[in-house]
Amino acid sequence: MVVILTAIALVAVALGIARAISPRSYNPQKGEAYECGIPTRGRSWMQFKVGYYLFAILFLMFDVETVFLFSWAVVVQELGVYGLVSILFFLLILILGLAYAWRKGALEWK
Amino acid sequence: MHALLTSLMPLRLAVFIECVIVGVCLLLMYAVIAVVMIFMERKVCAAFQCRLGPVRVGFWGLLQVPADVLKMLTKEIITIRRSDRFLYNLAPYIVILASVLAFACLPVNKGLEVLDFNVGVFFLMAASSIGVVGILLAGWSSNNKYSLIGAMRSGAQMISYELSIGLSILTIIVLTDTMQFSEIVARQADGWFLFKGHVPALVAFVIYLIAGNAEVNRGPFDLPEAESELTAGYHTEYSGMHFGLFYVAEFVNLFIVAGVAATIFLGGWMPLHIAGWEGFNTVMDYIPGFVWFFGKAFFVVGLLMWIKWTFPRLRIDQILTLEWKYLVPIGLANLLLMVIVVVFKLHF
Repeated sequence: MVVILTAIALVAVALGIARAISPRSYNPQKGEAYECGIPTRGRSWMQFKVGYYLFAILFLMFDVETVFLFSWAVVVQELGVYGLVSILFFLLILILGLAYAWRKGALEWK
Repeated sequence: MHALLTSLMPLRLAVFIECVIVGVCLLLMYAVIAVVMIFMERKVCAAFQCRLGPVRVGFWGLLQVPADVLKMLTKEIITIRRSDRFLYNLAPYIVILASVLAFACLPVNKGLEVLDFNVGVFFLMAASSIGVVGILLAGWSSNNKYSLIGAMRSGAQMISYELSIGLSILTIIVLTDTMQFSEIVARQADGWFLFKGHVPALVAFVIYLIAGNAEVNRGPFDLPEAESELTAGYHTEYSGMHFGLFYVAEFVNLFIVAGVAATIFLGGWMPLHIAGWEGFNTVMDYIPGFVWFFGKAFFVVGLLMWIKWTFPRLRIDQILTLEWKYLVPIGLANLLLMVIVVVFKLHF
């Protein structure tokens, strides 16, 4: 809580000081997006390459898996061989998932 | 200090004042680390390119970065006309919040850390992954095509490499069976995990360094802000202090990556001990813990800067291939190897 407030205070104070002492001038050109000097054409909020989305989905799958692994990693020393064998099945399913995605070509950047 | 404050004033006020003191200390350390990191980056970069780097302002250029901060404060903050105002202003808050939260977890010395949960490592990873949201918001809300491309690349890269970071940290957690930072450091009193876990720990360390470098968008993985193609990437439309906050967060994130590497692989504030060398160990014990911590952290930072200024930039498909086809399978295999080592007690 303290840390969150500290972070917010840092940004607020820095921006506050900057806003207080920085000069201000108006020029219609300033409001334009900087795209190397040529006038902007169209909006930027448009259709975008789907490849990024694919990787995001893949990441979601693996990230949820790591969350499960964390809780297992803490107790694996007590579980011993039993823990090793049981996680083997879990990892096997996961690796199969990765292999499937690989085979399907989801890891290619087209 | 708690006892002194509570004897002078009611409990609530004492707690409040303690919170304020902790917050101010945290801020000061955050700012100092950022300044030191930026200065170090400029000097290291200059050394690698056979230049002098900043030398004019102050002795040996030492006042260059404070001067830059002042300059940054006096610059106008411009918001472009067609941007999404709310998200545009929210983005720096999220980026800084993520990095301050992660920063607060680092154990600097014995008992000297702001947050020390029993799920510390996990919390740190969760907190630092909020940063991706901030970067995506910054790129999206700017309504600039360069920003959008930069943010998308950055998002894809950061979430991908987070997996490898997670797997390499998991490898060490299997060895320690705890996620609390203070405990992790305490377990390394008789040998750092890099040496204790021998082969799998070493592999995990290398994977961590690569993934950590990619996670902070640096070095050969800096294509989210590839200057020659994207101007400045996701913060193209941010000016003055707005930009400064992104910049600071980036450098402190680099320090956090290095600090975590120092803590979980290189023993945090634990001095270097070699079994059998009593005199050597006693001398090492005299060096205070925070010197060890910062020494190790800045050693890793130096390593990452060396990598950054040595390798050429990768392409986006190469980056994703490296992660998904090499680092993730190797990481998983390495995790299994570590479990086998731990279960059959093959570690030192």
